[in-house]
Amino acid sequence: MRVAVVTFPGSNCDRDLAVAFARATGRIPKRVWHADSELPSVDVVGLPGGFSYGDYLRCGAIAARSPIMRAVADFAARGGRVLGICNGFQILTEAGLLPGALIGNRDRRFVSRWVELDVTHPDSDFTRAGKAGQRLRVPIAHHDGNYTADAETLARLEGDGRVAFRYVDNPNGSAHDIAGILSAGGNVLGLMPHPERAIDKALGGTDGSVVFRSLVEALA
Amino acid sequence: MTEVNQAVAAEHGLSADEYAEILRILGRVPNLVELGIFSVMWSEHCSYKSSKAHLKRLPTEAPWVVCGPGENAGVVDIGDGQVVVFKMESHNHPSFIEPYQGAATGVGGIMRDVFTMGARPVAMLNALRFGEPSHPKTRHLIAGVVAGIGGYGNCMGIPTVGGEINFHKSFNGNILVNAMCVGVAEADKVFYAAAAGIGNPVVYVGAKTGRDGIHGATMASAEFSEETEAKRPTVQVGDPFKEKLLLEACLELMASDAIVAIQDMGAAGLTSSSFEMASRGGTGIELDLSRVPMRETGMTPYEIMLSESQERMLMVLRQGAEDEAAAVFRKWDLDVATIGRVTDTGRMVLSFAGEVVADVPIAPVAGASPVYERPIEPSPPPVPVVSARVPSPLAPLDALQKLLATPDLVSKRWVWEQYDSTVGADTLAGPGGDAAVVRVHGTQKALALSVDCTPRYVEADPKMGGCQAVAETWRNLIAVGATPLAITDCMNFGNPERPRIMGQFAAAIDGMAEACRALDFPVVSGNVSLYNETDGRAIQPTPGIGGVGLLADLTRRATIAYDQDGLTLLLVGECFGWLGCSLYLREIVQSEDGAPPPVELEAEKRNGLFVRELIEQGLLRTCHDLADGGLLVALAEMALASNIGMRLEAPPSGVNPTGWWFGEDQGRYVLAVDRDQRKAVLDAAKAAGVLVRAIGQTGGDDLGIAGQSAVSLATLRALSEGWLPAYMEAGQ
Repeated sequence: MRVAVVTFPGSNCDRDLAVAFARATGRIPKRVWHADSELPSVDVVGLPGGFSYGDYLRCGAIAARSPIMRAVADFAARGGRVLGICNGFQILTEAGLLPGALIGNRDRRFVSRWVELDVTHPDSDFTRAGKAGQRLRVPIAHHDGNYTADAETLARLEGDGRVAFRYVDNPNGSAHDIAGILSAGGNVLGLMPHPERAIDKALGGTDGSVVFRSLVEALA
Repeated sequence: MTEVNQAVAAEHGLSADEYAEILRILGRVPNLVELGIFSVMWSEHCSYKSSKAHLKRLPTEAPWVVCGPGENAGVVDIGDGQVVVFKMESHNHPSFIEPYQGAATGVGGIMRDVFTMGARPVAMLNALRFGEPSHPKTRHLIAGVVAGIGGYGNCMGIPTVGGEINFHKSFNGNILVNAMCVGVAEADKVFYAAAAGIGNPVVYVGAKTGRDGIHGATMASAEFSEETEAKRPTVQVGDPFKEKLLLEACLELMASDAIVAIQDMGAAGLTSSSFEMASRGGTGIELDLSRVPMRETGMTPYEIMLSESQERMLMVLRQGAEDEAAAVFRKWDLDVATIGRVTDTGRMVLSFAGEVVADVPIAPVAGASPVYERPIEPSPPPVPVVSARVPSPLAPLDALQKLLATPDLVSKRWVWEQYDSTVGADTLAGPGGDAAVVRVHGTQKALALSVDCTPRYVEADPKMGGCQAVAETWRNLIAVGATPLAITDCMNFGNPERPRIMGQFAAAIDGMAEACRALDFPVVSGNVSLYNETDGRAIQPTPGIGGVGLLADLTRRATIAYDQDGLTLLLVGECFGWLGCSLYLREIVQSEDGAPPPVELEAEKRNGLFVRELIEQGLLRTCHDLADGGLLVALAEMALASNIGMRLEAPPSGVNPTGWWFGEDQGRYVLAVDRDQRKAVLDAAKAAGVLVRAIGQTGGDDLGIAGQSAVSLATLRALSEGWLPAYMEAGQ
């Protein structure tokens, strides 16, 4: 499995994401700069967390319009797997690759803690390495993680089984306790929690590695 | 241009003697630009003129110290060709006036001090002191400061992993916001701030210069009064996104050999960065101020030199490296401009629009600023408190419940959940333990980090309080299993022109120096913040200590939580039941009397090295040091962190029960060990001459004392976790 991790100005989880992919695949991911207009030949593109362009305007809004995102959209349209974490999820919604939006947390404060997630779609390319009914313990760290969408979109996400992860104890006010969603084709995942920070027992858990191992299995 | 005279100098905070000295140095009347330069360089904040004479008594050397005080941050060897670079700094005055931006730019400033030396910041800590919760401003200040620290640190992607927060009425008019940044660098890629190479270009990089923060350093060098709040415009505005770009761009350029010297523009901006670089290098510098990237039109040379706009750096580059540097900085969308060159004149020559606007010698402005041996008056001896005579109006478990709900001891979760503590994916122990532990990326090593001070001890006995602050920091690092390496200090005191305050400062330094020497724990960087007074009322003296320790093997470490029933709880260290200056006395008896608990440095070291050895040998995984609130509070903290209860034996005969449970005797730890470990630990204690005794067992879902009732963990948790969120929400 070949992976590219994109760095936008203000990305700050790009290294962590690259480390997680390297551990799962045994290969160092290619690093791609936001101003590049082409992706290298890869199977998976990772959009990391952080504060791209300072998250001025709206979170992810400016990054969604950077040159590399046109290439990422083409890649996704051809069925390429795209994983957007935290700010990466916000960028995916701003770019229209995933529906809905991430708005300010319910209590208007940044929230950083370990949370539990229900894997609600255990068959996806991003979750298949997990066990059915498995609960994952991973960190969150965001100010704008409150997932919102119109009723029709939420109904469609639920009906099509595109809610990948749900919070057990909703930390930010997200509709339907949504922590992560899949694209209609199932090849794009956006989630607010940080699986790349939970790949090592010494750091408090390895549950996050399910996401990376699943991709390896799916692409084997 | 305004004509300069003694009255104008006084408006700049310069005394008559200082102004006379300026006339002598220059041999003429300075112009306004020159006067502005002298005023900020000779401000207390930049020159350390009141504190310098005392700071030199602190030990600063050890075989593992690579660079001590005087550079942007301290540098300590951590083996394998790596160094840890760290410093703590105050941003007290700006944070009181404008809490969000004051705290945010405090964080940004200390990060620049670390990455300007070539280190990637890996962790942030902070020490905050607020006024009493009932004071009308306290809630607003907490909300703003915490959001500001989080807003900046989170965006930078540097985890905020620890800190401490206290409340006391002496901080009603002067809060303390001290931030510590810790970075890691390759030992052979540390950058210093000494200008060198005659003719080398002097290059400005980062954000554009605006009118913000002019005279910030001068503001931080005066007492507060009613009018101070009118100084809001002098607080800088931070842009963490710009700083993130600056961090990545600087580290990228540092991988080459383009940079000769680099210095961030902090307090006193372009003035202090240029003078300090020239002073350290023994060179001169000439600058053309019209080339400085400017955010506003019509800025004068005076404003350009005194601006404290954030996210800026000044560098001396190797000749011919300008294009390479410019390419890196443009990639990161940063302004870059060659604004001058290094000279051999020993003078700072500033021009603007083709005219020389300042020409002053470097050495007398930077290196030879005034030093004051201010008059000293010792603090009066504390009112003695005899433990046996301290009233015990509450049963121990009732007193415990009251203590756990006091603002100084409650859980600070509401605060630290606003800080990203896990970014970087190297945080092994975040907020809530004795010391934070952060893995050195890509290695099996880890850094242990802690910030500590007990201001009420320092106020009662400045020397013992200073000693205790260093010892407690050392103890916290020991408690996770680290080898303590060195400290940074952040000295927050009142008006040094008052002999009583200067007496506190001098004595605290003496106490710190004694502890540093005894514990092989030198000072490698620091910061002094004086004039923390409002309308003549000073803060409790607060020499904040930030300590760094090293774990050679991150699998050999301890936390405060245990994971099973039936473990034996062991108390390490002597218990005299010292209640003077204790939280028990303050919260239960409503008395702030007494002397602080004495620190016996020999016992401190013996007990600490004994505990560390056990952890290093893998014999111990659960350890908590005893501090505020004493034994019962520490035990409750362990039980809550473990979510497993405990059964405690009654106090031994011959010890005052209140003193046993709530005394704050120093040099003590609680351990939880299984049956096998228990024997090994007790044997080792005997051999080391350390007093260790069993005091109870883990198990159940409550905390009980033999012969008394028990209290459920749920009740204790509600008390500990409930206060701060309820307090903050009450203001919304």
